[in-house]
Amino acid sequence: MIRKTVANVEDALQGVENGMTFMLGGFGLSGIPENAISELVRLNVKNLTCISNNAGVDDFGLGLLLQKKQIDKMVSSYVGENDEFERQMLSEELDVELIPQGTLAARCQAAQQGFPAIYTPAGYGTEVSQFKETREFDGKMYVLEKAFKADFAFVKAWKGDKAGNLIFKGTARNFNPLMCGAAKVTVVEVEELVEPGELDPNQIHIPGIFVQRIFEGKNYEKRIEKRTVRKK
Amino acid sequence: MTKDKFMLDKDGIAKRIAEEVKDGYYVNLGIGIPTLVANFVRNDIEVEFQSENGILGMGPFPFEGEEDADLINAGKQTITALPGASFFDSAMSFGMIRGQHVDLTILGAMEVAENGDIANWKIPGKMVKGMGGAMDLVASAENIIVAMMHTNKAGDSKLLKKCSLPLTGVACVTKIVTNLAVIEVTKDGFKLLERAPGVSVEEIKKATEGKLLVEGNIPEMKL
Repeated sequence: MIRKTVANVEDALQGVENGMTFMLGGFGLSGIPENAISELVRLNVKNLTCISNNAGVDDFGLGLLLQKKQIDKMVSSYVGENDEFERQMLSEELDVELIPQGTLAARCQAAQQGFPAIYTPAGYGTEVSQFKETREFDGKMYVLEKAFKADFAFVKAWKGDKAGNLIFKGTARNFNPLMCGAAKVTVVEVEELVEPGELDPNQIHIPGIFVQRIFEGKNYEKRIEKRTVRKK
Repeated sequence: MTKDKFMLDKDGIAKRIAEEVKDGYYVNLGIGIPTLVANFVRNDIEVEFQSENGILGMGPFPFEGEEDADLINAGKQTITALPGASFFDSAMSFGMIRGQHVDLTILGAMEVAENGDIANWKIPGKMVKGMGGAMDLVASAENIIVAMMHTNKAGDSKLLKKCSLPLTGVACVTKIVTNLAVIEVTKDGFKLLERAPGVSVEEIKKATEGKLLVEGNIPEMKL
């Protein structure tokens, strides 16, 4: 067993600096690395590039970093639901690169698995494929999309063991597994950290080889963005 | 313009599209009118709904008090998982879509062109929220139905010769269901298949900027 545990979020984010590129898991507010985001706010690192499907809401998730103007550039597929984001984008304080969601996933996975780039049909013939290499395979056109390069990946899992093996829950999985091992350092926070052997190896979603640092997070808010219910 | 009482409302559009959902289909529903389609699918057929954030076998909204922050759909709404459901990561989700394992994609649009081009993600000069998964869906899916109003709020046609807005995908839409009509996209243009109850062919023609092919008698939709 190779131990990946660090004592707390402060230790987990050692080495984080101004101007770095981060990957952050989550879809909407589901499965976001809440502890890492709070620590990034506290560290007040600036001029960041953040690769994340969404940009949080005004007062939660990546919205907290936007409020403090810590982010220079966002790479996302969908960024609604955030007034501060909109203001910074329209006033050009914030650089935004919008890319198709499947392309975002594929570029993370390419980085994780050692592919320099992948071909996807998404965005062909649209402004997304402008200035990008395109190629025909069997009569269909594809766009060449490069693997992401990032300094840190901040990932949220449900359960993990001290060897860094991870299990995700529900749709909080989303981009999290794809970002593991896709950056120079992968930092994982889990709701429950257990001893090696406690997780069934058959049920592991991500093996610890993709993880450098793991810790048990605290005070999860797990906010719901759009609460929709039916009556009993 | 047609009198409002004859046009379909959003539920009417969703109800008509539900007829296109066949036994054994895996279906991806976009945000807006497409989401309503789930309410009208026959219950004597087996269908699974995919949400691209990572679930197959999506169920209805949870009962009050049973909401789970770890269980949402692509519209970020709390949902449930039906028996037989599965969860997966975003790469596998778009693998299902790109690999054409999803049988039917239903999404909204701002504009559709007579060659099947679709624009639904960006209005230049206005707030741009992003394409989400729409570009992946339209680039790969073989069976794409657009659910939308026939005209925009200003009364201008949304079925055009050529899209004026930035494209989401090229030559990809197969069918369009609007408040006025069911239209198939063919290599020769928009082919009128059905009229909304009480709506005339003339009224549909007037509301369609792109080339509208009308062959023989056009039946009314059966709802």
